[in-house]
Amino acid sequence: MIEGIEIQHIILVSSLMFFIGVYGFMTRKNLITMLMAIELMLNAVNINFVAFNKYLHPENMQGHFYSLFIIAIAAAEAAVAIAIIINLYRNLHSIDVEDVNNMKH
Amino acid sequence: METTIFYIISAIILVFSVLTVTTTKILRAAVYLLFTLVATAAFYFMMEYNFLAAVQLTVYAGGIVVLIIFSILLTHQINLDLKKINSIKKITSGLVSLFGFILIGNIIYTHTFKATSSVIADTSVNEIGRTLLNYGDGGYILPFEVISVLLLAAMIGAIIIAKKK
Repeated sequence: MIEGIEIQHIILVSSLMFFIGVYGFMTRKNLITMLMAIELMLNAVNINFVAFNKYLHPENMQGHFYSLFIIAIAAAEAAVAIAIIINLYRNLHSIDVEDVNNMKH
Repeated sequence: METTIFYIISAIILVFSVLTVTTTKILRAAVYLLFTLVATAAFYFMMEYNFLAAVQLTVYAGGIVVLIIFSILLTHQINLDLKKINSIKKITSGLVSLFGFILIGNIIYTHTFKATSSVIADTSVNEIGRTLLNYGDGGYILPFEVISVLLLAAMIGAIIIAKKK
């Protein structure tokens, strides 16, 4: 527990971060920057898990382990996403979402 | 003291998050994302989850950001200026995000959070390792093994997708 800080403040910071990520996901057109926005959202969720664990249930560590697993899944997701992005760039010479409409129909 | 540090770190996180999603240079966006992730690790250090903070620094800041920067270099976009987005889209996305934040903030301030216990769990690396590999009550052996299979599958999938035909 952080001395003198209410749980509401931490959750407010993390939810602001989450919605900044949402904003980035909706406004960006480049696939790599969209991936960065997703990482921001995942990170905000992690802060929430840890804060709830530390403030509300300090006697066990479920939030801590969930965050660990989320970090592992985020790493796997980033690896696969970047492989797809590199493959797309090789085929289309662009990583703009608007140019990627081959599989649309 | 801790309160001041908390507000400084929060300011760093929010400013660099905003810069990550608004800057027009893609490499700068990656570096701002790195700052955000390091500041998050500082949060975990303040909450005394040292192992989680170390994982955050090595996997997120050390792994994922490097991976993103590599992909920027591999797709020849170092000096690329991102396209300007039209202001209607900016305004609608901003409004949607703001609405969501107001909704969540309202819930946060009307809900009362109550701690269930004042006993503080042991968060040493020793104890974390025991819990992760424990197949008894409260153990995490199943998700641990599933994650290892998932990482293997992601690795093979990434190689197959990215390799030249």
